[in-house]
Amino acid sequence: MMATSRLERVLKSGRFAVTAELNPPDSADPESVYERAIVLAEVCDGINATDASGAHVHMSSVGVCALLTRAGYEPVMQVSCRDRNRIAVQGDLLGAAAMGVRNVLCLTGDGVQTGDHPDAKPVFDLDSVTLLKTARSMCEQSCFMSGRELDVPPRFFLGAAANPFVPPFDFRPHRLAKKVRSGADFIQTQYCFDVPCLQQFMQAVRDLGLAEKVFILVGVGPIRSARAGEWMRTNVPGVHIPDAVIARLKGVPADRQAAEGKRLCVDIIQQVREIPGVSGVHVMAYRQEELVAEIIQESGLLPRGGRGRKGREQTRRMAATSLHTR
Amino acid sequence: MLRLHNRPRLLEGAYRRSRRILRPFRRWMVPGSKVEIVFVAVERMLKGFIFDCRMCGQCVLHSAGMTCPMNCPKEMRNGPCGGVGADGSCEIVPDMECEWLRAWERSREMRFYGDEILHAQAPLNHRLQGSSAWINDFVGVAGKTPDGWGE
Repeated sequence: MMATSRLERVLKSGRFAVTAELNPPDSADPESVYERAIVLAEVCDGINATDASGAHVHMSSVGVCALLTRAGYEPVMQVSCRDRNRIAVQGDLLGAAAMGVRNVLCLTGDGVQTGDHPDAKPVFDLDSVTLLKTARSMCEQSCFMSGRELDVPPRFFLGAAANPFVPPFDFRPHRLAKKVRSGADFIQTQYCFDVPCLQQFMQAVRDLGLAEKVFILVGVGPIRSARAGEWMRTNVPGVHIPDAVIARLKGVPADRQAAEGKRLCVDIIQQVREIPGVSGVHVMAYRQEELVAEIIQESGLLPRGGRGRKGREQTRRMAATSLHTR
Repeated sequence: MLRLHNRPRLLEGAYRRSRRILRPFRRWMVPGSKVEIVFVAVERMLKGFIFDCRMCGQCVLHSAGMTCPMNCPKEMRNGPCGGVGADGSCEIVPDMECEWLRAWERSREMRFYGDEILHAQAPLNHRLQGSSAWINDFVGVAGKTPDGWGE
């Protein structure tokens, strides 16, 4: 009845998966989503629709996913606990499933203080672990948290995040284990700029026997310049960039730093591919979707399965209708 | 002060003993009773002094290295978020050290409940805010997993 997740099929077939982040627009025009999606869809197996990441308002992940599934794309819907309580979250999960969303990434979310509305009320009724468990129960027990039964349960391939690059380092693998026990099928990590740190984390993950139970996609992304790198590490919570990386960027003239940042990202992808237990990469590049495509191509990860001509035709048709209705 | 919160072994011992001492009196420990008023006052004073207790009514101190996770600005009860700074600072209140950093270190020193930190906690029951965690613990309403989780 319900189609299964394509990302799930790719991962279970043992192929190295690629997901990419779509930065939701500050726009009421569906075209602004499709413009970005069409670039990404060619090169990845799933498109992450972020949920007000960094606590900045953008088009909602539910809205973006509705547009993406309509056009035949494969979204990964990010759900954060910062803005909605358990009543709203469960309703959104059902709605998303009905729209054809098959992948959900369960997140706690950044604090409101880090965003553009620091005076907002933070919710955090659930956290990533309890959200995972709730989504898992909706799928498997066919129940809301309250115990009330669902008529038709959703079917999700469930994901969670991990950040191996910040303390407490020896607790991080155990926290991952909690997420796996609570129902995570796949993991997308924070930006990796420190491969030895990731190797240590993966060693601990393998020792805990988690590598066989969960697919791990390592987060990667380009740095635009040495200055952007320094800004990121001081201003974006949870992003760890070693001095050596900044030094490498500083070592080239300013006009070639962007190319060096891209090269660095490709190098990191090639290194993490070799780590046992790593099943894919998750490429994040803030408002630089074209760059994502180049990185994936240069890393030798093409061709992807793609969504075929049908998806592309559908996009064109959708684009045409949206023009007519405006 | 003895800097009690840095002595997780002493605190977990106190927790263990208080459970044993209170056990024979559990039939008087009824939520909403006059006894609860006394318990709430005592807990507010004792746990407020030692742990900066927020009276959530469902204490998980022994599952969090005898460190109150409700002091985390995100009220994370299942471990640290991904926003911890390289120096261990909180992403929301940069002057504060992440509660979970301390929780993890202290749990490693604990003898009886140290590994409780590895277990997932149920979401908060917001109706228990301000009630007695000791009574809720004996009655079995604290830490109860939601009905829909089928456990």
